[in-house]
Amino acid sequence: MVALAVKDELIEILALVKDPEIPVLSIADLGIIRRVEEGENGHPVVVITPTYSGCPATEVIEADIASMLKLHGVPDFEIKTELSPAWTTDWITAEGRRKLKEYGIAPPANRGKVALLGHEEVSCPQCNSNRTEQVSEFGSTACKAQYKCLDCLEPFDYFKCV
Amino acid sequence: MTDKDMRFDYLLRLGDNSLILGQRLAEWCGHAPMLEEDLALTNIGLDLLGQARMFLSYAGEVEGKGRDEDRLAYFRDTKDWRNLLLLEQPNGDFAKTMARQFFFDAFQYLQFEGLAKSSDDRLAGIAAKSLKEITYHRRHSADWIIRLGDGTDESHERIQGAIDDLWGYLPEMFDMDAVDDAMLADGFGVDVAALRPVWDDYVNGVLAEATLIRPADSWSVRGSREGKHSEHLGYLLAEMQFLPRAYPDAKW
Repeated sequence: MVALAVKDELIEILALVKDPEIPVLSIADLGIIRRVEEGENGHPVVVITPTYSGCPATEVIEADIASMLKLHGVPDFEIKTELSPAWTTDWITAEGRRKLKEYGIAPPANRGKVALLGHEEVSCPQCNSNRTEQVSEFGSTACKAQYKCLDCLEPFDYFKCV
Repeated sequence: MTDKDMRFDYLLRLGDNSLILGQRLAEWCGHAPMLEEDLALTNIGLDLLGQARMFLSYAGEVEGKGRDEDRLAYFRDTKDWRNLLLLEQPNGDFAKTMARQFFFDAFQYLQFEGLAKSSDDRLAGIAAKSLKEITYHRRHSADWIIRLGDGTDESHERIQGAIDDLWGYLPEMFDMDAVDDAMLADGFGVDVAALRPVWDDYVNGVLAEATLIRPADSWSVRGSREGKHSEHLGYLLAEMQFLPRAYPDAKW
């Protein structure tokens, strides 16, 4: 076992890595880090999960994790990708949601609520109005859709619920 | 064919479907009728590319001859490709691209729903992950079928024409050959023939809402599982594979 204190320290270091597409979020906020475990040779293994299958940020994130660990004096480690269970926007932390909204991106709806309502209720990150309209289900990155607010008339990005 | 060969072939079919359609969608980059659609088509293409990478990497490992995803994507000739004939058909106009997408999204959604329950954890994991993305693709293409079909006279005529032109490529999706049978028997794969009625229900519902006519099953072409492709695949591969073939091992 990687000692608990060391593990916490590693997770703190990993939390310094930002998402390359949405730099206000750390990969911890996004729920990309699954866990840190001990490898066969005693080195720590960082287990991460991709958000979208084709997300080009995934490889940048791996490279950023590697350089962040080296920068903090962790020379030997392994980064492992795990697909299952598939990443869901429900893993974005409360802190992550707050940062998204502040950045002007509407955070994803809760999946349970979507199932209940049958649609996603998206509030404007600028004026909080619920009177919003979808412009396109696809946006500037795989994880976002384009919306506009019918009250303050601002266009905005919505982090899609998956 | 040994079980290993069959698994390799099965994974190639899945990976090649995603890669070839993804490549076709990438051709729209900068050419779509509006900005939102340019983003949508390339986003969907990127999801498909991501799927292809996961399937082809897995296929290469199963094969065990040291071929990775890039080797499989860039150094195979037409006869070694296993994608459905439907997916290599040229983009044509926006209606034709959407008709091709709609038929395949409806199929892939059901196929991956089944694969998500595969006895093979890795395959099930790839399918479950991709299914979340396909849910968006399917909604998007169905919306366009309705919008074009129940739109102007011209949009109606174009989408109906595209559907008629592509109809004969669809039966191939539901074929089961010896590889499919074997993969189904050991819990690895899916019974695609059994998906046909569910697919029909869904597609008929959308076509009806779009005021479009379901064509008669008067013709069909097949052959992709034996590597018999239309001439279009060769041109597509020539463009896709040019750089790594001209400059092997080139790096960004």
